[in-house]
Amino acid sequence: MTKTIDAVQDQFETFQILSEDGEVVNESAMPKLSDDQLQELMRRMVYTRIWDQRAISLNRQGRLGFYAPVAGQEASMLGSHFALDKEDWILPGYRDIPQIVFHGFPLYQAFLWSRGHFQGGQIPEGVNVLMPQIIIGAQIIQAAGVGFGLKKQGKKNVCITYTGDGGASQGDFYEGLNFAGAYAANAIFVVQNNRFAISVPVEKQSAAKTIAQKAVAAGIEGIQVDGMDVLAVYAATQQARERAIAGEGPTLIETLTYRYGPHTMAGDDPTRYRTKDLDSEWEKKDPLVRFRKFLEKKNLWSEEQENKVVEEAKEDIKASIKKADGAPKQKVTDLINFMFEELPYNLREQLEQYTAKESK
Amino acid sequence: MAQMTMIQAITDAMRNELKNNENVLVFGEDVGQNGGVFRATEGLQKEFGEDRVFDTPLAESGIGGLAIGLGLTGFRPVMEIQFFGFVFEVFDSIAAQMARMRYRSGGVYNSPVTIRSPFGGGVKTPELHADSLEGLMYQTPGIKVVIPATPYDAKGLLISAIRDNDPVVYLEHMKLYRSFRGEVPEEEYTIELGKADVKREGKDVSIITYGAMVHASLKAADELEKDGISAEVIDLRTISPLDIDTIIASVEKTGRAIVVQEAQKQAGIGAFVVAEINDRAILNLEAPVLRVTAPDTVFPYASAEDVWIPDHRDIVDKAKKVYNF
Repeated sequence: MTKTIDAVQDQFETFQILSEDGEVVNESAMPKLSDDQLQELMRRMVYTRIWDQRAISLNRQGRLGFYAPVAGQEASMLGSHFALDKEDWILPGYRDIPQIVFHGFPLYQAFLWSRGHFQGGQIPEGVNVLMPQIIIGAQIIQAAGVGFGLKKQGKKNVCITYTGDGGASQGDFYEGLNFAGAYAANAIFVVQNNRFAISVPVEKQSAAKTIAQKAVAAGIEGIQVDGMDVLAVYAATQQARERAIAGEGPTLIETLTYRYGPHTMAGDDPTRYRTKDLDSEWEKKDPLVRFRKFLEKKNLWSEEQENKVVEEAKEDIKASIKKADGAPKQKVTDLINFMFEELPYNLREQLEQYTAKESK
Repeated sequence: MAQMTMIQAITDAMRNELKNNENVLVFGEDVGQNGGVFRATEGLQKEFGEDRVFDTPLAESGIGGLAIGLGLTGFRPVMEIQFFGFVFEVFDSIAAQMARMRYRSGGVYNSPVTIRSPFGGGVKTPELHADSLEGLMYQTPGIKVVIPATPYDAKGLLISAIRDNDPVVYLEHMKLYRSFRGEVPEEEYTIELGKADVKREGKDVSIITYGAMVHASLKAADELEKDGISAEVIDLRTISPLDIDTIIASVEKTGRAIVVQEAQKQAGIGAFVVAEINDRAILNLEAPVLRVTAPDTVFPYASAEDVWIPDHRDIVDKAKKVYNF
């Protein structure tokens, strides 16, 4: 007799459309994207790769503050985001800055968020994203709430949330999936399984063979996707979105991916817990290389186009850093004013004290 | 005697106890191969094996529950919460479970758990990493709260915490980890929990403090001395239970006191210390007991923390205020 757990786990095969050589291996699953859309996907991934490189260098110069590198995860991040509608909501983790920027959050504010400036949290009106979450998994259960709210309002929109393989160990992860399932909320949960929660390998996080199978216990759909394959990530998210807005409930998407860099730029050293062999094994699966090959075969991408995006990204970053530099020096009095709609006596007193202190 | 940073003294204390008692287990997120994000457990897994020093899945509440369970089966868990700003995830395990185990079982069970965690601010971490939440712990009957300010105290207090049969929250100020070295004996020694240390003797005003503010207070005492004011600096070392005898003896001597904490005015333990002094020594006071604290906002974003966190100048100002009252 097959053990139940084996029977369940065997159901979760990795969904892929493009092979590592950029060949279509799953024709029937090919999403319907125009040439322009395909090029736009590539443009966003190249842009993000350059942005990541610049951010790392700015961090090393002491000009950026907190930064969690994203290289390697572009397909997981941007492929899933590409399936969204402008009115959809994003509840990001701390690494998921590219998605919110492509959803309309200005880049200079992303830099201010990195620097720990309150203007980095001031999401412009009409941009349906939250500030990047720091507490691992806290966003997951909130996503069930936003997704339920959208459903109650009869909106044909979804809430997508992101976490990593480590986040899938938090209680909030299970509660979020379960609540969203119980209310058939308009929610999509993306777990970017980059194999390491800081230093702890995914094999030590759980006895489960896949994270996708954790959907089963919550009674919702789950799928494991090749997270280095931007078309597969897009297609899986797009289908999840269709199901959610049709009232068929939430989906858990596990993307198999890798972060090339450290966990964050604050002193993490991946050589303490990862081998060079593993790094190069994953670099061979690189999402940009793979998609570039695919597009080149269709004559949809050239070195010239690539260079143009690189220049555009560099210019944007330069201008955005300059704009971030122009933000007013953050004061304690600013922060006091954000504590309540109306300040109680203690904060009114302290506002006076700090106004005096800061004017010295 | 060896010269150690505070974090080296902390590692040394854990090494001592892992050697000393085979039931001591050290665990948490990234504490194994990675040696902890601050390297507090550096080398311990290699030395004692993965059975004794191990990584957990990423779930603070899981770590707390695991510690309770291991404690019930005869182990002596030393669990790490990666940053104390994440304590809310494990608050039930600490405040509702460990803290009440002895009481709820009428003394049959206990939770001999040590909860180590970096706290405090001033090192420009991302939001929700830095915080001063020790007041929440102080307000929770059933747990002890220890906050060392020097490498020497860090080692002796941590060994005592691990040997204690009740839950101890042991908070390590991030700014003190590597900011200076101090003499630390290589052999084992303990410092009794609940005992303050007079870090500087004085006769005019008592500065009662703990954590990183001990150093700001010592600097303030130097400044005050130039103005002819002799300040006594008391490092509480354990904030729950308070060393009431040392506090009161000092106040009876000086007749003037201020309480200094990095935490917000409505947080921390400043108000409790003032209340205890009023209860026990009000007739000795020549001036009201004042507090130096941060303002009552959420712990600030990184780029505002330098102004937000109290410094030695704030302490000098308050000390002069009570001195000249």
